Amino acid sequence: MNLENPKKFAMLVEQAHQVAENVLRPISRKYDKAEHAKPVELNMLASLLDGMNEGSDQAVGATSTGSGSSSGTDVGIKNGSNMSAALGIMEMCWGDVGLLLAMPRQGLGNAAIAAVANEEQLQRFKGKWAAMAITEPGTGSDSANIRTTAVKDGDHYILNGEKIFVTSGERADCVVVWATLDRAIGKAAIKSFVVEHGTAGMSVTRLEHKLGIKASDTASISFTDCRVPAENLLGTPEVDVQKGFAGVMQTFDNTRPLVAAMAIGVAKASLDRTRELLKDQLSTDYAHLPMQASYVEATLDRLEAEWEAARLLTLKAAWMADNRQPNSKEASIAKAKAGRVANEVTLKCIELCGAVGYAETELLEKWARDSKILDIFEGTQQIQLLIVARRLLGKSSAELK
Amino acid sequence: MNTKSLGKAQGFGLAILTQFAASDLPDRLKIRNTVEKMLYLGSKNGFKLVATASRSFKSSPQATDSATRLNAQKKAGVFDLSLSDEQQMVRDNLSRFAREVLRPAAHDADEAHQIPAEILSQANDLGLIYYAIPEQFGGMATEQSLVTQMLALEDLGKGDFSLAAALFTSVSVANVLTRYGTAEQQAKYLPAFVENTPLVATLACIEPTPIFNPVELKTIATSTGGDYVLNGEKSLVLMGQAAELFVISAELDGEPTLFLVEGGTSGLSVAAEPAMGLKAAQTARLILDGVRIPATNKLDANYREFLDLGHLAFCALALGVGEAILDYVIPYVNERIAFGEPISHRQSVAFMVADIAVELESMRMMTWRACALAENGQPFHREAHLAQILCADKAMKLGTDSVQLLGGHGFTKEHPVERWYRDLRSLAIMHNALSL
Repeated sequence: MNLENPKKFAMLVEQAHQVAENVLRPISRKYDKAEHAKPVELNMLASLLDGMNEGSDQAVGATSTGSGSSSGTDVGIKNGSNMSAALGIMEMCWGDVGLLLAMPRQGLGNAAIAAVANEEQLQRFKGKWAAMAITEPGTGSDSANIRTTAVKDGDHYILNGEKIFVTSGERADCVVVWATLDRAIGKAAIKSFVVEHGTAGMSVTRLEHKLGIKASDTASISFTDCRVPAENLLGTPEVDVQKGFAGVMQTFDNTRPLVAAMAIGVAKASLDRTRELLKDQLSTDYAHLPMQASYVEATLDRLEAEWEAARLLTLKAAWMADNRQPNSKEASIAKAKAGRVANEVTLKCIELCGAVGYAETELLEKWARDSKILDIFEGTQQIQLLIVARRLLGKSSAELK
Repeated sequence: MNTKSLGKAQGFGLAILTQFAASDLPDRLKIRNTVEKMLYLGSKNGFKLVATASRSFKSSPQATDSATRLNAQKKAGVFDLSLSDEQQMVRDNLSRFAREVLRPAAHDADEAHQIPAEILSQANDLGLIYYAIPEQFGGMATEQSLVTQMLALEDLGKGDFSLAAALFTSVSVANVLTRYGTAEQQAKYLPAFVENTPLVATLACIEPTPIFNPVELKTIATSTGGDYVLNGEKSLVLMGQAAELFVISAELDGEPTLFLVEGGTSGLSVAAEPAMGLKAAQTARLILDGVRIPATNKLDANYREFLDLGHLAFCALALGVGEAILDYVIPYVNERIAFGEPISHRQSVAFMVADIAVELESMRMMTWRACALAENGQPFHREAHLAQILCADKAMKLGTDSVQLLGGHGFTKEHPVERWYRDLRSLAIMHNALSL
């Protein structure tokens, strides 16, 4: 038993931390202020990441999760791409979570492609930046109830509908769109399609003004008689009522630990900075039990304990994926814990630092704005608890609504 | 506890050892001889009641110059949550023992404020003590087995918190002796844990002081004529009235220090100190009034490490109780009908159950990490400190939510949740009542 970061990823973690500190942090406030401006500084960094991810199981982005692939040197237990992606993302989001989301070719759509695409599709979409479009104006968490339709017409599908809250929806090369082949059938008829920007009938209609993660564009996209090649449908085109939603939903088992990792990263930024600002108030080396500590020290220790638990739960979920163990429940546990902990940590750190924490001279107030989305997107806190509860209680979504 | 489950308890440890010995695991693990020794000892000891008479300890002629220490296990470098074959086997057997023997006995033991002697004797058959004692003193430990012991506590905790605590007091003292004892102390006391009538020992490190601080003790040791004289009071001593050997913390020259005190020493008196929970572990108050012990009874302990290992032992126990809570509340909320459907169909109920699972897994990861670091010989203070903070907090949440989920029924003795509620309150309070 060992719960330390794998030795073989030590270099990767260090590199990601250096990037976060020297590339992301210096432009963090700039793009928080300049919402909707494209962070051009990221282009070079993205190419660097491409190089790092090429042919390696040490991924720092979303692209190479899912397969559970690993180098052949480990016999038995593997520490593979899900773990390295989580570790890399934690460090990058210690730098800036909005900028990580704006990183070219590291979108959640890429994770979806990695999770469900066939060999031919993997090759064809290689190197493309893919955003993920699920939510619609009338359906938030209720993603089984989407209204965007896909109708087969020869060797194309015709898409009609409107998607909102598409992260990197404007800047990405393509968008993975969830659409239903037949609303009457329900979840089983929902398929995902890769739609490239520039396809006729697809247009970005709006960019959101947000509480946080302003460096990342959040787009509304409408599809009007948008013709998409049939070979862009990810997974099987057949409607399998038995398997139902599982095909598209399995993406989440891989991406939820990554969003949890983002939460871990931003919370760590707040904890580190707060400990630095309050260092005269704190004992070194965790010398006091809560009852003997000051309120400030006891609070920070408690927050760090919560944070550490969230971090370990996230690594557990990633470890299970790397070792091909079903991790749906654990992925949701990690996301639920990390989302709420990151939000609590970042908000409490402002409280502890007072006006210094609240003013824009520090990044603490920004991190507290950024963290809120991490308890919402990729499944809200409440959706995660529903998933965990249904698994524990053996309930269907019809019974436990 | 009924006769049937008592009988089951008696046979259980032997069944476990026999099953273990019959498998090919001992050969694969190269421990065939040790297992056969355990089988022999187990069958010899299995049906005797624990003696409460004071025992005379003899300084052993085998005493060597240097104390025996268990080596740290090799650090793997790979993040790995899987268990070794041996750990899994211990885990499977102890989980069964907990569910089939401890769980049915828990209610009556709590009412009687006593651990049934028959169950206490099973501690020997289970062989737990052998993981704490080096081979040369009759145990089977060749290296640190902190993680295995942690898993054992977690598994026993699935049966009952206070019965498990009672079963672990002697193991705790053996751990302290193996970790910190001098050659002389080890040779004198360790063999007694595996004698025909095994030594019952316990830790006495808590004081009856509000906002108790384990590094600022009111029990004082003074050096007098080559001896130490101890004065003070110790509270919530598990198995305090049955114990024949105590590890007692006292301040010596301003520093918290550990001492070995034998039962029956003049000036040492023990009385029952019933508390909110931990009843089967027979909590006791210990009064030290001019207790004179030889200078050789001072333990050369790393006190902060000792504190951390004590916290982790209680964290591990709480993990097991958390598992028991899930085992109990899930069928309850699924079967309990209100407003025409199971109450588990309501989010307010379902989310409470989900939160128990989320926080229990949080507690587990924190505890496992700290213990794995300790076993690997790495610094683990930060991790143990954070584990203690998280577990103390969340364990109580688990306890109170488990009663809430059962409503008025949870408030009665018809269900175990009120007992877990009382027992789990101790997490934030019990500093070094046990030790890994």
